[in-house]
Amino acid sequence: MVELFSETVLSLVYLIAAILFIQGLRDMTHPRTAVRGNLTSAAGMFVAVGATVLWFEILQPEVLLGGLVVGAAIGVGLSTTVEMTEMPQLVGLFNGLGGGASALVAGAEVFQLGTANGGAIPADVGIAAAASGIVGAVTFTGSMVAAGKLHGLVTGSAIRYTGEHAVKALLLLIAVLSGVYMVVQPEVLAGLLQGSAVPSYWLLILAASVLGVMLVIPIGGADMPVVIALLNAYSGLAAAGTGFVLGNSALIIAGTLVGAAGIILTVIMCESMNRSLANVLFGGFGEAAASSEEMDEIYEGNITETSPEELDMLLDTANRVVIVPGYGMAVAQAQHAVAELSELLDENGVEVAFGIHPVAGRMPGHMNVLLAEADVPYDKMKELEEINPTFAQTDVVIVIGSNDVVNPLANTDDSSPIAGMPVLNVAEAGTVVVNKRSLSPGFSGIPNPLFAEDNCLMLFGDGQETMQEVVGQYKENH
Amino acid sequence: MSEIVTYLTFFVLAAFLGYSVITKIPATLHTPLMSGSNAITGITLVGAVVVAGSSSSTLATALGFLAVVMATVNVVGGYMVSHFMLSDFHGGGD
Repeated sequence: MVELFSETVLSLVYLIAAILFIQGLRDMTHPRTAVRGNLTSAAGMFVAVGATVLWFEILQPEVLLGGLVVGAAIGVGLSTTVEMTEMPQLVGLFNGLGGGASALVAGAEVFQLGTANGGAIPADVGIAAAASGIVGAVTFTGSMVAAGKLHGLVTGSAIRYTGEHAVKALLLLIAVLSGVYMVVQPEVLAGLLQGSAVPSYWLLILAASVLGVMLVIPIGGADMPVVIALLNAYSGLAAAGTGFVLGNSALIIAGTLVGAAGIILTVIMCESMNRSLANVLFGGFGEAAASSEEMDEIYEGNITETSPEELDMLLDTANRVVIVPGYGMAVAQAQHAVAELSELLDENGVEVAFGIHPVAGRMPGHMNVLLAEADVPYDKMKELEEINPTFAQTDVVIVIGSNDVVNPLANTDDSSPIAGMPVLNVAEAGTVVVNKRSLSPGFSGIPNPLFAEDNCLMLFGDGQETMQEVVGQYKENH
Repeated sequence: MSEIVTYLTFFVLAAFLGYSVITKIPATLHTPLMSGSNAITGITLVGAVVVAGSSSSTLATALGFLAVVMATVNVVGGYMVSHFMLSDFHGGGD
């Protein structure tokens, strides 16, 4: 080992990296300091990787350099060409790669140790490697399926079949038994097969990879915020597990921080839907689709249509307007038209705010980044608890591409699949204008009595076109 | 104190620290938080570097190479998209 500096120095460098990660996350608590926080965190990564390259004797510098150059080129290419609307799947993809890398590193270490010791590996290393391998492989394939669903390569609807829970349980059992075998039994095969811990590790990886696919395939598109957050937690825990395998404190600390972040986001997403994590992962939500008679009973004779012209007149006399965006706005790419409308209203002295439900969109904070890209100031984006008490003083609410998160059944019907879900109480405002392509139900599959309310007007049409028309009308008259 | 206990100590303390820091992050920054924390997961690159650069067997080197590529995409891409997203956030005044 060429010692450019001592191992103590390396450990201190890892400590500095950990401090930079933590400080970076602390700076993420406010939009003003968040850019600096991200750079601080990146500096921590640079320091940790740089010191590792310098400290260890690199036998194959060309392999290492090649990997770094290829990886960096792909990373730069993807992040500079991504459209903001494709962000959920890109975040999912990156996440999966991190988890997969952790599983591979743990595997390579098992292989090295197994070959050196005639098949046996220390029990604590084996347990950590098995955990890291299972979680990492599930993260990798699960994220690929999630990204595929978000990108439209895999159907976004839930794919279910009889016995799916048994299949998942069996796959998990195979993975866990392979891990147990890897830890306790390798000496049985020692001598027969060099590095005998290794084959059971790859069986573990295989079973966990299939399990990752099977876990995410049955989950519908609108539950992706939970899935993406959970996979984020998994990738962190896989890195922490690999840290235990390698005895590396930097991996343990950084991986655990990320694991905590992912778990917190997962809990927030589940609470925002009043559903348990088990219900999201295994529930089969939205299957009890409403019959057309049920829909007719609520909607028939009670739907009032409106036009961009009429909305313009409503806005003309309004003092306060709240815009409630949903996934439909992202699909229609209507965020720029919506942002322009809010700016015009603002210029004409109308108070404008955005009411953003935590699960609106396909990942946590999805609506916020879309609106930020369209130059909506962050102080106009309000969370549910903050916006709900203000609806009574609001003249016009424009709901664009949202459905379930403004459904009053959540408050009134205990038997509804969305019962108890915190919703935006938009009907308390003077007038609600809902821009939607049709009366089709949201992800929950149930009708929305809001649309039949006396103070609710339906503005049917594509989000982008309709909002551009509204902007055009408003410009003409102001 | 054995090594494994030391590592478990790091794990538990980091979990509590992460919890207290991350619960303070507002919902508006949750996407950049995810992509940024995601990039931190790429710390596994440290392990990948060691395996790719110092392994004596071809298989371990090949696994290490693949791991370096994947982790580097994660790190570089993750920090870059977070930076782009965060640069978009403007306050009311500007």
